[in-house]
Amino acid sequence: MTDEPLLRVRGLTKHFPVRQGLRATGLVRAVDGLDFDVRPGETLGLVGESGCGKTTTGRMLVRLLEPTAGTIEFAGRDITHAGRRELRPLRQDLQIIFQDPYASLNPRHTVGRIVAMPLQVNGIKPPGGVKARVQELLELVGLNPEHYNRYPHEFSGGQRQRIGIARALALRPKLIVADEPVSALDVSIQAQVVNLLRDLQRDLGLAFVFIAHDLAVVRHFCQRVAVMYLGRIVEIGDRADIYERPQHPYTRALLSAIPDVTRLGPAGRIRLSGDVPTPLDPPSGCRFRTRCWKARDICATEEPALVPRDGGDQATACHFPEVAGATEAIVEEVSR
Amino acid sequence: MSRFLIKRLFSATLTLFAVSVLTFLMFFALPRDPVTGMCPKNCNPERLERVRDDLGLNDPLVSQYAGYMKGIVTGRDLGSAQGGRCDAPCLGWSYVTNEAVSDTIARVLPVTLSIVIPAAILWLLLGVGLGMVSALRRGTWLDRMAIGFSLTGASLQLYFVGAVLLLVFVYNLRLLPVPSYTSIFDNPAKWASGLVLAWVALAFLFSAIYARLSRAQMLETLSEDFVRTARAKGLAKPTVYGRHALRAAITPVVTIAGLDVGGALGGTVITETTFGIQGLGRTAVDAVRSGDLPTIMATVLIAAVFVVMANVLVDLLYAAIDPRVRLR
Amino acid sequence: MSLSPVEGVALAEIESGTGSGGPGVKGVVGRSPGQLAWLRLRRDRTAMVSGALLVFFLLLGLAAPLIEMAYGVGPREQFQKLLDGFGMPLGYAGGVTGDHWFGLEPGLGRDIFIRLIYGLRTSLFIAFAAALITATIGIVLGALAGYLGGWLDAVINWITDLTLAMPFLIIALALTPTLTLRFYGERGQVSSAFGVGVLIAVFAIFGWTSTARLVRGQVIALREREFVEAAKASGAGLGHMLFRQLLPNIWAPILVSFSLAVPQFITSEAALSFIGVGLSDETPSFGRMIYRSLDFLQTDPAYVFFPGITIFALVFAFNLFGDALRDALDPKSSR
Repeated sequence: MTDEPLLRVRGLTKHFPVRQGLRATGLVRAVDGLDFDVRPGETLGLVGESGCGKTTTGRMLVRLLEPTAGTIEFAGRDITHAGRRELRPLRQDLQIIFQDPYASLNPRHTVGRIVAMPLQVNGIKPPGGVKARVQELLELVGLNPEHYNRYPHEFSGGQRQRIGIARALALRPKLIVADEPVSALDVSIQAQVVNLLRDLQRDLGLAFVFIAHDLAVVRHFCQRVAVMYLGRIVEIGDRADIYERPQHPYTRALLSAIPDVTRLGPAGRIRLSGDVPTPLDPPSGCRFRTRCWKARDICATEEPALVPRDGGDQATACHFPEVAGATEAIVEEVSR
Repeated sequence: MSRFLIKRLFSATLTLFAVSVLTFLMFFALPRDPVTGMCPKNCNPERLERVRDDLGLNDPLVSQYAGYMKGIVTGRDLGSAQGGRCDAPCLGWSYVTNEAVSDTIARVLPVTLSIVIPAAILWLLLGVGLGMVSALRRGTWLDRMAIGFSLTGASLQLYFVGAVLLLVFVYNLRLLPVPSYTSIFDNPAKWASGLVLAWVALAFLFSAIYARLSRAQMLETLSEDFVRTARAKGLAKPTVYGRHALRAAITPVVTIAGLDVGGALGGTVITETTFGIQGLGRTAVDAVRSGDLPTIMATVLIAAVFVVMANVLVDLLYAAIDPRVRLR
Repeated sequence: MSLSPVEGVALAEIESGTGSGGPGVKGVVGRSPGQLAWLRLRRDRTAMVSGALLVFFLLLGLAAPLIEMAYGVGPREQFQKLLDGFGMPLGYAGGVTGDHWFGLEPGLGRDIFIRLIYGLRTSLFIAFAAALITATIGIVLGALAGYLGGWLDAVINWITDLTLAMPFLIIALALTPTLTLRFYGERGQVSSAFGVGVLIAVFAIFGWTSTARLVRGQVIALREREFVEAAKASGAGLGHMLFRQLLPNIWAPILVSFSLAVPQFITSEAALSFIGVGLSDETPSFGRMIYRSLDFLQTDPAYVFFPGITIFALVFAFNLFGDALRDALDPKSSR
């Protein structure tokens, strides 16, 4: 593993104009200035509530959406606004797995055609032939290679997601954006698919941007975790740091919401009051302040920067980061 | 709502403008001298030239068009050969019929209206009623009869149905007079008896299409959740079907009906030809046959106006039936 | 378009695998949605009967010269001797005899049966050609409008509205002689092929809107689906997106609309010939026969009935088949 990042994202922003008739009446700030890196072979988890901009981020990374501002560098090349032709060589290194295994496979194509599609559109003829490569891929994701002539409707949700994974692997990518790859699956199937992804990551040395709202799955799969709230990263760091020493109140609240059989009762649970504010008109200063129990005047006026704490890898965007060991006090404070 | 209306009216005007330009180009720019059709067979060159001058055919195309449009809006002077002053809406002068085109239109438009409006009422009532009943009585002999009727009707040709009706009711049974037009204000009984065959023929064919469409729509609506919810809530069948389902099922029918009625008002060419009634459609056909350009232009424009107006009306009706449309 | 030769090879390679391969492969070959629809169609008796009737009509049309040879009468032959002094056919039901199955035309004394056979040929050819051309135009414009959206969508939509606002019959009526003049001049002898061509062209100009609207709606419903995005994320071009990803998913409604468009064009052709557009009297056609026959409605009703019933049977068979096809392709839709 080198220190040179495979993916370098700086100030990534996506604003959707809201139109009424021909006039633009507002902007949805879906993603508002993200900075993060992904090193080769590394898995970065992107977590947050629904509507926080995770999926938008994923789509921008594979250039399904055009960023409003910021830069995306992949393998040292700026691909922020690259056209289809310039992207072609990079497509092979950068693929995506979708959330809905029912919508992500063309119902009129056989599995063989679906998995071979990336090869076709890029005009790649693998040695040994397309069919051999497709069967190899199906085997790799744990499907019967003889099933290449079947249609998607003949498969279960978990199998379909494996087909989607095989398609993403067809071009031997270096980075895969996985957009909630297991959240549409039954819990019992989720573990199998996540384990498959982990095996593939280890065996093929893949880097992942793993988008999820399920913190348990992310903990299982990701080496680094970025927590998003309302289009911003509020905290980013190594898995151990985030899960064991969360410094941002929001991370803390999210973690406390994980059902934990070892700790019974509501004691450890932080209940956030109110709803997520609308991204049409996000709060000034710190975006989390409207629901934060620590909010002071400064939070409304000054936006906290994402700065590393304790000289480590963990960075938090908060004026009053959590101090290790103070958790119990907070819980007490909130529950009062 | 008013903004929605303004937007629709604006795009309708734009469409009409384009239709007028296209029609103008089509007939005046194609390599057929309009004058040859307008003057009797043995025209001498001087006379042809004079007619061309009278018509302004030697002017550039743009100014011809501008003159034509100005005539429609404010009226214009056409010169003594064309009846002098022509008041708005001036549609030009026809050398074939030797009258102002607007007078021709004023004469034949009531004929087409008299054919289409009663026929449309008849076909909508019959078609939608039949479709609803057969949807509610799905699978019964009544339903099968309705399906058979609509399939047959949709495959029949108007001129054939018209011919059969004429043969039976006029020539063999002698129950009805030979179809003709009398003004409803002069003699309503004669008006009705002269046109009833045209109404029946049109209504027969169109109601078949509407029965099919409304049956399919109704069946689809009946299987939807909100209808089931309304039934489960304990609402009486007539309330559910009448108020909830009908409202949802009728919207696509309204769209098609608007377009059909609009199109029919622009001239029921086949009906008028079959029954020998001189309405807009027959007038247009005659105008084409005799190369009567001003009349062709006028009939095409009027037909387009009806279609476009029907479109706007349908959109407004839609907005009235389905409040979500207004938001767009 | 990204339909590179390599892509073709890759496709062929994948699809050639059907039925071959290792032992036990047969058991796992899946049924495509198309095969399932075909099976449903095969089980539908109405579809089979109307389909057989259509095939019969098609064969009649295709074999018209053969039938003429077997029947022994040509479409332009006149049998004046079999008409009375007023030009009316002698005998019953418009002169039906063993030699002239459907009788003779009053006035010219031409054989109605063989003219109907040739009229069938003309009508079917025009209807199929027009349906193919309009479907192609409609698919391309509709798919482009639906997939690309934006100003292109707005423009195509507006052109659709404009086309719908033009009174089809009147413009066709006015345009045909003008076009004929342009190509043949005042006195030129117009060939019947030209008349047929003009009719098809007029249908092509006015007939594409419904397919375009249909395809546009379907493409809009599909374009946000993730399999479309997957192709885009792999770098697929416009051609691949439209023809490989989107169209295979909407061929069912297209096929249904095609099967219902053919009888519409048959009807329209007859209607246009009826008001005297396009085909000259030389070319046998349904509409012209009915138009001529209306003058003899009282004196020779059989002349009206034979062509009228034939068109009805043909259009009826097409409509029945189209309905059955819709049921087979979309089992959820209710009849």
